[in-house]
Amino acid sequence: MTYTQLAVVGVFVAVAIDLFVFRTGLVRRRAFWASYAIIFLFQLLTNGILTGLRIVRYDGAAIIGSSTAADSTPAFIGDGRIAYAPVEDLLFGFALVVFALSLWVFWGRRNVQRTPYSGPPRIPYPGAQQDPRLGAGGK
Amino acid sequence: MSHLAYVAVLVFILIGAGWLEVAMRTRVFSKWRRMILTIVPVVVIFSAWDVYAIAQGHWSFDWAHVTGVVFPGGLPLDEVLFFIVVPIAAILTLEAVRAVKRWQVGDEPADEIVNGSRMGEL
Repeated sequence: MTYTQLAVVGVFVAVAIDLFVFRTGLVRRRAFWASYAIIFLFQLLTNGILTGLRIVRYDGAAIIGSSTAADSTPAFIGDGRIAYAPVEDLLFGFALVVFALSLWVFWGRRNVQRTPYSGPPRIPYPGAQQDPRLGAGGK
Repeated sequence: MSHLAYVAVLVFILIGAGWLEVAMRTRVFSKWRRMILTIVPVVVIFSAWDVYAIAQGHWSFDWAHVTGVVFPGGLPLDEVLFFIVVPIAAILTLEAVRAVKRWQVGDEPADEIVNGSRMGEL
């Protein structure tokens, strides 16, 4: 299979695991999509470094962007690439994040170190909801 | 130093997400058992994908910019570390979103009171 085909399969398998195997349903939750939006931006940045500097190189025959020569710097946008990285990497990253977070929630449900939950923050942040158990100004 | 280029990106990811543990009190690193149980399957499955992709020639590495430590199948240590660091960063992000927004992620019983709020109501 090409990287393109494998990446699409990877996304379907990861989402199927989340919905039907572990039944964590993360792809139906706001918390997941807000997290993924943050992760997505950082993936563009870090994967852009790895692919723009050609630390990782791709075979044009295995990806959509087939016209980048093996020994040349890829386009920033175009030829199937976004921020130097092949679009397939975004699918690979999505599958990786869904699988990892689904496992994390799965083990939490199985009561493996489920608590203490995260928060409240030590430092104030704009629009923070005050924890009713804490006094004015927080702990 | 250029052999540490890939590792430097990984360190950037760890720092970029790691501060959430302190600032947002994500309480992820103290849950090391849950973390290992999460990371090991990710490393196994995605390393297998990586080895297959390397064998098929889907991608290759600039050996001047990776550590040079290579596992069987031509899998660079850098890639394995990637499959450890990225799940940690993703978990930190999810737990930080939960800390700030109080949104459920799916591991909380409906009637449990968390941070002064009933999780099932959020």
